[in-house]
Amino acid sequence: MSPRQNHFSPSTQEHLLHRLHAIQHDCLHISRESVQQVAQEFDLPVAQVAAVVAFHSFFHTQPRGRFDILFSNCTSCGYLSGEKNLLQLLCLQLHVTPGETRADGLVSIDETSCIGLCDQGPSLLINGLPITHLDDNKVVQLAQLIALETALPDWPSHWFDIHHTIHRQDWLLNGSPLPREIMLKALDIGRNNTLAMLLQSGLRGRGGAGFATSSKWQLCREAPGNARYVVCNADEGEPGTFKDRMLLTSYAENLFAGMALCAFVIGAKQGFVYLRAEYRYLLDSLQKTLQNCRHQGLLGNRILGHTDFDFDITIVVGAGAYICGEESALIESLEGKPGIPRIRPPFPVTHGYLGQPTVVNNVETFIAAAHIVYYGSETFRTIGTASSTGTKILSISGDCTFPGIYEYPFGISFQQILHDCGAQNVQAVQIGGPAGTLLSPAEFERTLAFDDVSSGGSLLIFGPHRDLLSVHRNFARFFAHESCGFCTPCRVGTPLIQKELDAIAEGRGSAYTIEELQQLGHLVQQQSHCGLGHTAANHVLDGLRKFPQVFSQHLLPHFTARFDLDQALASARHITQRDDPEAHLSND
Amino acid sequence: MTMTTDTIRIDDRDIPFTPGQTIMDAALAAGIYIPHLCHHPGLPPSGNCRLCMVKIGNRSTAACITTATAGQQIRSDTPELNATRKTITQMLFVEGNHICPSCEKTGNCKLQAMAYHFGMLDDHFPQFYPRRELDASHPDILLDRSRCILCDLCVRASRDVDKKNIFTTAGRGTQAHLIVNTPSGKLVDSPIAKTDLAANICPVGAILIKEKGYEVPIGRRIYDWQTIRETGLQEQVELKNKD
Ligand SMILES: Cc1cc2nc3c(=O)[nH]c(=O)nc-3n(C[C@H](O)[C@H](O)[C@H](O)COP(=O)(O)O)c2cc1C
Ligand code: SF4
Ligand code: SF4
Repeated sequence: MSPRQNHFSPSTQEHLLHRLHAIQHDCLHISRESVQQVAQEFDLPVAQVAAVVAFHSFFHTQPRGRFDILFSNCTSCGYLSGEKNLLQLLCLQLHVTPGETRADGLVSIDETSCIGLCDQGPSLLINGLPITHLDDNKVVQLAQLIALETALPDWPSHWFDIHHTIHRQDWLLNGSPLPREIMLKALDIGRNNTLAMLLQSGLRGRGGAGFATSSKWQLCREAPGNARYVVCNADEGEPGTFKDRMLLTSYAENLFAGMALCAFVIGAKQGFVYLRAEYRYLLDSLQKTLQNCRHQGLLGNRILGHTDFDFDITIVVGAGAYICGEESALIESLEGKPGIPRIRPPFPVTHGYLGQPTVVNNVETFIAAAHIVYYGSETFRTIGTASSTGTKILSISGDCTFPGIYEYPFGISFQQILHDCGAQNVQAVQIGGPAGTLLSPAEFERTLAFDDVSSGGSLLIFGPHRDLLSVHRNFARFFAHESCGFCTPCRVGTPLIQKELDAIAEGRGSAYTIEELQQLGHLVQQQSHCGLGHTAANHVLDGLRKFPQVFSQHLLPHFTARFDLDQALASARHITQRDDPEAHLSND
Repeated sequence: MTMTTDTIRIDDRDIPFTPGQTIMDAALAAGIYIPHLCHHPGLPPSGNCRLCMVKIGNRSTAACITTATAGQQIRSDTPELNATRKTITQMLFVEGNHICPSCEKTGNCKLQAMAYHFGMLDDHFPQFYPRRELDASHPDILLDRSRCILCDLCVRASRDVDKKNIFTTAGRGTQAHLIVNTPSGKLVDSPIAKTDLAANICPVGAILIKEKGYEVPIGRRIYDWQTIRETGLQEQVELKNKD
């Protein structure tokens, strides 16, 4: 049992997710007994705690290895993004079956959805710490260190370094107002003028949907409630996005200032940063920055001496679930429940955390708001286009010479972006991650804007040698894995899309399969409950329309069985313990 | 247009609604059937099965969780929407292990009745053949997760009507499954009784009362006599008579 359990007192404000993480960390799994104990400590139904454990990829009911390794499976930072299958290589080196813990409990190796290290080459997390720029050499060394049971602090420290490569800075990243100055300015001009400034700036949410930030704050302020909350969405789960990781590392003070501004405008006392578990290694520095802000009187009671302005921020770390980036699922998770999206309306602005009015904004949105208040809305408004003002920070990765962070004014063409990052003979670009838009070269003149092609921050480049079908299969797998399972079209439809794509790739597809994909795609898109399902089929539908040959070149001209005859007999062979030629069927 | 301000129009009928009422409840009260599996009159709606998807303009929305507002023009009984509903029914079939010919629930099963309703002749999609745990621990009640469609009705019935909070759903995507709110995770350790609404509300053969399976012979069961449309509208009337 965890030594920490004895220290726990139910009166502390520890978050359920943090308690569960501590157990996972100490005991390498969360047993039925631990679930029961936590349920008692938190005075929650055991089933609720068990459901939270089952919902998250980073919690396990069976022990993981003392070295627990998660390879990213993203198209940019994944184990297949280089020449070799690195996951397979490490498994071979250490005699591990992927997904299983080695019998001696030393090591477990598995894969996980994008870990936001897409500009750092193939990457993994080992016991939560990132190792980047993997190649077969490094993997072999890594295997040796594990075999020798070398403790992580004794590993080459530069392996864990993450270098931010900011290739283009503009209005936001160039700005460096002190958080104190930002707050003084807001306190000076007052709530209404602060809000008016945001309205004039035309700032829209940077997390994807592009809702006007001033309207969100105003709606929240006007909604009846006993308390109001400010929530920063730092779940950054869209594959290919890593700009919030950079912002959380280098601009955290201004993020907290932006949240405090929001609190000032709407009248909130409590804020949360919901940080994705994949970024847990940022937690210490974020806590230090928070502490710093408190020391400067920018957070806590009577902020900068104002008797009626108390506000503080708590960081809650998730546990591996893309859906928790959806704002209502995020709030459920904050409340200690599985991240199943709520029925909307009502929206969080009126019924959010604990049913109270809540603003949920992206990291970049809060920082932009803080800078707008400090610098004024005029400059901001002149940057970008009429309906998409200001700049957008992009995380660019994939087949290009200079992957990294780029800040552009809205309205920039993708042609220009591709030129700047040294991408040549580009076959396709995925804007806004798997949930976004797939562009063919004919569309590269289109622009980055809410009313043209928008992006929460991800831009994935696929060069001339990429197999686009494998990209689609990767995306389809991502959605099937991340679907929360609440509604039928997404829960069943996303794995069906994956199966159809696999069938095509494995040479079992026909013209009928294409037709099927089309229909399935539309059904998942239109009938699902939340944004995950609404966007899960975008990439396939875009692909079928813009790159039909990617699919059609694999199709068989004659009838083919959709299932693999021989594979279908596998369980019968297993039961009868036969493997002789008679127990096999040819597919031809 | 002949619409008054306090009605909604579903297909070609104008029907009244009370403030705050959902489209589903207004429709059922007016004798209009919108197909559904996870909705039950009197329980809070969930919106998970998506059979009640209707169209308002170009927007698709679940009738059971959408509030009626004056002047809404709703399309429901259209060939296109019914084709979608049939596909969703097929999805529910292939996702679980539905052993209709040997299932005790056959003839009383709403999923099966929904398939009849849409003239579903095949599964269409490849079977998932999931492995899901069976819980036979309770002397009176069987829980076979293989046949569960995750409609959440038992969860709500137990929480909101029986006040026992015995069930919840857990796990993501195709791993989603029903769990029992006991330290052992077994039904036998829960206070469930065979008279509870949660023990009787399951639309499929996932929660079964033991030793009652063949009291009514096949051929004389609910959906041998009636359509799901008829029973769906009756449930509404029964609820009204209870009040
Ligand atoms: C499946 C899904 C995942 C999402 N993930 C994120 C995320 O990681 N970060 C984010 O800021 N918004 C994410 N969103 C959007 C949020 O729901 C919400 O719109 C956003 O946080 C609002 O902030 P903004 O107005 O500042 O953009 C996601 C939405 C969906 C449907
Ligand atoms: S669309 Fe997918 S992620 Fe969203 S509620 Fe439905 S199953 Fe969950
Ligand atoms: S057991 Fe029955 S009532 Fe409960 S969720 Fe499954 S199908 Fe619905």
